[in-house]
Amino acid sequence: MDSDLFEFACRMGDNTLVLGHRVSEWCGLAPVLEEDIALANTALDLIGQTQMWLGLAAQAEGKDRSADDLAMLRDVWDFRSVLLVEQPNGDFGQTMMRQFLFDAWHVAQLDALKTSSHQQVSDIASKSVKEAMYHVDRSADTVIALGDGSEESHARMQAALTLLWPYAGEVFEDDTVDQAMADKGIAPLPSTLRPAFDARVRDVMAQSTLQIPDTEFAHKGGKTGARHSEHLGHMLTQMQWLQRAYPQAQW
Amino acid sequence: MYAQMVKSEATAEDPDKLAAFQARIDAGEKIEPKDWMPQGYRKTLIRQIGQHAHSEIVGQLPEGNWITRAPTLERKAILLAKVQDEAGHGLYLYCAAETLGVSRDELTEMLLDGRMKYSSIFNYPTLTWADMGAVGWLVDGAAIMNQVPLQRTSFGPYSRAMIRVCKEESFHQRQGFDIMMKMASGTPAQKRMAQDALNRFWGPALMMFGPPDADSVHSSQSMAWKIKMNTNDELRQKFVDQTVPQAEYLGLTVPDDTVAWNDEKAGYDFAEPDWAEFYDVLNGNGPCNTERLAARNKAWDDGAWVRDGMMAHAEKKRARKMAAE
Repeated sequence: MDSDLFEFACRMGDNTLVLGHRVSEWCGLAPVLEEDIALANTALDLIGQTQMWLGLAAQAEGKDRSADDLAMLRDVWDFRSVLLVEQPNGDFGQTMMRQFLFDAWHVAQLDALKTSSHQQVSDIASKSVKEAMYHVDRSADTVIALGDGSEESHARMQAALTLLWPYAGEVFEDDTVDQAMADKGIAPLPSTLRPAFDARVRDVMAQSTLQIPDTEFAHKGGKTGARHSEHLGHMLTQMQWLQRAYPQAQW
Repeated sequence: MYAQMVKSEATAEDPDKLAAFQARIDAGEKIEPKDWMPQGYRKTLIRQIGQHAHSEIVGQLPEGNWITRAPTLERKAILLAKVQDEAGHGLYLYCAAETLGVSRDELTEMLLDGRMKYSSIFNYPTLTWADMGAVGWLVDGAAIMNQVPLQRTSFGPYSRAMIRVCKEESFHQRQGFDIMMKMASGTPAQKRMAQDALNRFWGPALMMFGPPDADSVHSSQSMAWKIKMNTNDELRQKFVDQTVPQAEYLGLTVPDDTVAWNDEKAGYDFAEPDWAEFYDVLNGNGPCNTERLAARNKAWDDGAWVRDGMMAHAEKKRARKMAAE
């Protein structure tokens, strides 16, 4: 078992799984039809990426578990999703702000992973980065439009940024897994992605007329699994219910 | 069939123009938005295409009910792709309706305040994962029965929308049948879910074709205009003839003791669904009418600030561009 690679692939796959699930909660409820289509499309991309990352994790683990086993049969403490993606949808503005903060990191991460020394990681990243670039264009445009828009939309977007900003920093924390990935040339050290992220966020928030909170504080605990949010457990009760209620069944 | 009981409009226009219009339809020509058309043709089409579009939109809700509980990543992805297609169908259909001089927002308001309908089938709840199979197999199956002939409908934009929609609907029906196959050949609990889903959706699926021809007062004008291509009973018979053998293949029992092959008509005999229930659902008393409409109204109301904010931004951008020039 390659435990560092397993851990790394779970982090990537759990982020896309949890965010994909959250985005899919919007089904049929978006403010306009075009957004219904775009949200379903984003969720679909993220679930597709989850299948690849958790497939790689299952392979690295070598214990005969599948991507579905990892998604549907692990409990909260074994998840490696960052706290940002676990946050509830809130209003549409909060959902799109969460998406933008995630996308701005995700594009930088996937872009760096294209040149990974690990062929499968590089292949997954090369495929996923095209989707992530479309996601970030769309989430940035939406944040800009609603930040700059009406008095109400501006106030709601500022509230969303203020609420979510303390969750944006967790993805840039380096730990021993990250160091092992960097030493093998598999993945960049997370902290090295921060300047590109900051530059993009500053540009988008300036166009949105939104104020980035003046704090470096970052909530942590999701990526390492040490302390997830309360929200994740509720999500899993729904996501995993069929598999757990009917353990012998094939679907 | 996503449009039911569409009231057709009487027409009192110049008989020569009407005759020339009918001659074009009889010759198989397509009517395009800028062509002359009787008011009744326009109004009936707005009602029918609008109802069809609304059905696609409301139809996201019973399936969305299971996206977050889909049992595997692949099933979740397939269901998301399907629901995304449906929202896309709604979009083409609203665009087709807009060519007749009504805006999407006007149609949406008529849905939300109850002046326009959507298909009765979406007022039924989805209670188990097998319902995702039954909706694809039976509901999309019934919709295809109606939509395949509508590819040849006389109104160009509607016909072209149907051609695109049909390609995707056949994928939807196959994925539904695939879920049913897994369930019907699965554990005893899964088989029970599959049979229960068929029991609950059989009658409502038959009702999707609308009331019996003898009671269908709006059909003849619409058929002459090629807005409606087959009668309700013809399509219902075709659906039963296709579906009964599929149920047998699955090892499931159609919940109708009277189903039997009839050599003389080369089709199955079957019992009429409960028409009293159909009219109850149409009149707002289906199991989920209130919830579905409340969910759409809430989405629209909650989204008002987003739509207003987007408009305000577009307006500011335009003003900044003007100022710069």
